[in-house]
Amino acid sequence: MKSDIELNINGTAKKIFVEQSKRLLDVLRENFLLTGTKEGCSIGECGACTVVLDGEAVNSCLILIGQCGGSEIITIEGLEKDGKLHELQKQFIDKGAIQCGFCTPGMAMSAYALLLKNNNPGIEEIKEAIEGNLCRCTGYKPIIDAVHSAVKELNDS
Amino acid sequence: MKKDFKYVGKSTPRQDAFEKVTGQAKFTDDYYFPGMLHAVMVRTKSSHAKILNVDYTRLLASAENIIVCDHNDIIGSKKVGPIKKDQPIFCYDKIVTPGDVVCMLVGGDIQELLQSRELVDIDLEELPVLTEPLKALDIDSPIIHSENGNNLINHYPLRKGNVEKGFSESDHIIEQHYSTQLIEHAYLEPEAVIAIPLEGKKGIKILGSIQNPHTTRKVVASVLGLPLTKVRAVQAEIGGSFGGKDDTMNILAARAAVAALKTGKPVKIKFGREESIVESYKRHPYNLHYKVGFTKDGLLKAMKIDITADGGAYSSMSPFVTWRTVVQATGPYQVENVCTDVKAVYTNNPYTGAMRGFGSPQPIFAQESLMDEIADILGKSPLEIRELNGFKAGSITASGQKLVDHDINLITVLNEAAIKSEFDKKWQLHRKNKKIKNFQIEENNNFLLSHNEFVEPNETIQKGIGLAVSYRGCSLGAEGIDAAAAYMSVQQDGSVYLISGLAENGQGLKTTFSIIAAEVLGISPDHIQYLEQDTGIVPDSGPTVASRSTLMGGGAVKNAAEILKSRLKEIVLNFWNVKNTEEIIFTENEILLRGDETKRVSFQEICSLAYSKGVNLAVIGWYKGPNVHWDEETGQGSAYFTYVYGCQVAEVSVNVATGEVYIDKITAVHDAGKVINKLGALGQVYGGVTQGAGYALWEEISSFDGKIKEDNFDQYLIPTSRDIGEIEPHFIEGEDIYGAWGAKSLGEPTLELTAAAISNAIKNATGKRFFNLPINLEEVLLNRKLKPTDLKRGSTN
Ligand code: FES
Ligand code: FES
Repeated sequence: MKSDIELNINGTAKKIFVEQSKRLLDVLRENFLLTGTKEGCSIGECGACTVVLDGEAVNSCLILIGQCGGSEIITIEGLEKDGKLHELQKQFIDKGAIQCGFCTPGMAMSAYALLLKNNNPGIEEIKEAIEGNLCRCTGYKPIIDAVHSAVKELNDS
Repeated sequence: MKKDFKYVGKSTPRQDAFEKVTGQAKFTDDYYFPGMLHAVMVRTKSSHAKILNVDYTRLLASAENIIVCDHNDIIGSKKVGPIKKDQPIFCYDKIVTPGDVVCMLVGGDIQELLQSRELVDIDLEELPVLTEPLKALDIDSPIIHSENGNNLINHYPLRKGNVEKGFSESDHIIEQHYSTQLIEHAYLEPEAVIAIPLEGKKGIKILGSIQNPHTTRKVVASVLGLPLTKVRAVQAEIGGSFGGKDDTMNILAARAAVAALKTGKPVKIKFGREESIVESYKRHPYNLHYKVGFTKDGLLKAMKIDITADGGAYSSMSPFVTWRTVVQATGPYQVENVCTDVKAVYTNNPYTGAMRGFGSPQPIFAQESLMDEIADILGKSPLEIRELNGFKAGSITASGQKLVDHDINLITVLNEAAIKSEFDKKWQLHRKNKKIKNFQIEENNNFLLSHNEFVEPNETIQKGIGLAVSYRGCSLGAEGIDAAAAYMSVQQDGSVYLISGLAENGQGLKTTFSIIAAEVLGISPDHIQYLEQDTGIVPDSGPTVASRSTLMGGGAVKNAAEILKSRLKEIVLNFWNVKNTEEIIFTENEILLRGDETKRVSFQEICSLAYSKGVNLAVIGWYKGPNVHWDEETGQGSAYFTYVYGCQVAEVSVNVATGEVYIDKITAVHDAGKVINKLGALGQVYGGVTQGAGYALWEEISSFDGKIKEDNFDQYLIPTSRDIGEIEPHFIEGEDIYGAWGAKSLGEPTLELTAAAISNAIKNATGKRFFNLPINLEEVLLNRKLKPTDLKRGSTN
């Protein structure tokens, strides 16, 4: 059934008329052309589709848009502010946390959600936060380093 | 050789990182074209059957908007393949594996297409199914491809010396059987491709997640019956490949192209994970039988090796993959007498082809397990046995090639790894500690406790350390034509376009090549704009495989940059009115004259001067490897023109109550030649080791009657962020005369050793040796795999 849904995406209020059973992932990619969010498995196992929904990292392939009325959603496109990269993004680049880059948006969003809740996570907490995000290229180590360095930078400044 | 590098060997962040970290990088599925249609595949539930009839009556009656494409729409080749043309674009006579596609439905609404698949009536006559590769050559086995006559894809013999004589001169002879499993590449981005018909007679454009655009172009052109120039293959960002986005992608591109020409509209094919795992090719499972003779001092006298690789339903790259196996099957050891036979066979299993490692992880698992066994028998350490037999300068390989012309660094990497990991001390310590009370560990004995047994809590976790070494021939070797091109064009403002015929697969090739060009021209790498991979603008350079891109493509880029540099030098000479080009230095975006402070001009200024004088600043660089040769009958010859060496040490903790193995640390020492980008090289090691660990412990596709059970990430387990402890890479940079400053290969060596090192570490921890990968919980506890008896388990079946 189609209905009007109001939500906030990357800081902007949006309203769409859409089938309630459409997956959040498809709404982001098709209706809002936010194609940074990726699809790797469609069953909640790979984390490529991770976005932040009301402060929590969620797999957008498992969420229906009907569940999102009134929610605040942040996608990878929303991390950069006023043309400036978020510290996480900067560290991802510098630490070599990106190879093919397909897991990167989901990875960054899981890390971002972690930082929203915990401004000083240790290595184990970082590993746990990205446990649901598969990466076949990097062996995770550069990603963990990047998040760890971002934490340090953010706390120092 | 040049020593003071400005950019080479430093850590340079990737060129494409900004787009990727902001979500702007465009992968294939992120593209949309007006009027674009979608296509879905129609498969059967069969693994082996004759196609009697395909009937579209019900489909056409109920779904008017749907267009069907099948083999009748193909004007050119109906079957394709890199070596043998045995794989149909659309099946028409037979189904030989469950991934097979009979036809494709094309239309605007994916849901409608998916539902309409039921309306295609396919009449089949089921045939007996062959899933056991060791039975493939039996006289009464079903034949998969009748035109082939039997199920043999290829057989490579290698004969050196006289093995019988070698065995008779041996004090000990051991025989062992090993097996390795079928595994999936598991690139995070599933397959996707779009075919776009061009205006008028211009032909077609392919945009996709493709590993080798030039191969894709060749396949698509042959299927469409068009000249190569009418097919333009362009690479979108590619979400991982690891050797996996070749054959499957070429076939998908051809299907999309057929549909695009039939409908006159852009057509997109996008696989979900299940489809990706079901249709794409995988890494070959091997059965390996080794008989080894050695003296009481540990000197290897003879090896007799029999290997059967399961090629699955199509030959794909099997002949090339198994060729590497026959070359490297004895490992990096000098053995006087060798008799090796490597066969690849057809079965109804999912087909197998290129995957990172390419025919090396399997024999390395066997030969490195064996070396430890030999050491055990003789009471030697794993280091001693390898030092004694390992390649040194001037050693002769199994194929009779004398190793010269590069640093033969096997013993160096071995010793470096041993020192860095304190191998000897730990190995001796864990070996002594391995007695576990209450049950005696013996070969073939399992760890399952009976009622009145228990393990002391402090003995539940057993620690162990193990190592493995390898050598690896660089690039294609006698497998294929080995040359690569790079196009470079300097603009009047000093900025530079660069592209090579080898393709970015996520490994960081664009950055590596930009660094090489920047180093030669003395400009910053970010003045170089790497172009989109497009078959229309750069010559065919062979496939991006075999870890050959840095060596071959890097050589071509360096060549292009050097040609440009010499042209610019001519301009500078006239500009300053000096004679000696030797004294002209390109550095930090400037050009200087040695010994004359007053002579200093910007790179940009000279470029604009060259432009105004009509000097051609667009060049094609070329690099061709030296000739190699191979005798097919005897397996003798100089297989590869240069080699790399590696050693990995694994430290593990084994929970003997649950069978769980935890990797505490991997120390990886590689001689990859000159390292161009430190950051990229480290990334190759972390990623490769992690994939190697997945291969050792968890990953397996256990097909049942050819059908795959593990068709998504809930069942097919790849390593996560919590599965592996520390990884410590070290580089030894051996000098080599080939490529760019002797930069060779790294991507595959990092992965091929890990499983063998882990297995040896588990033996050190538990006293028990394992012969079959993966060494998962069942294997550790029961010495066998709990195979599915049907397909009911799992999320999607
Ligand atoms: S696509 Fe959503 S978790 Fe994989
Ligand atoms: S960078 Fe390729 S999957 Fe993570």
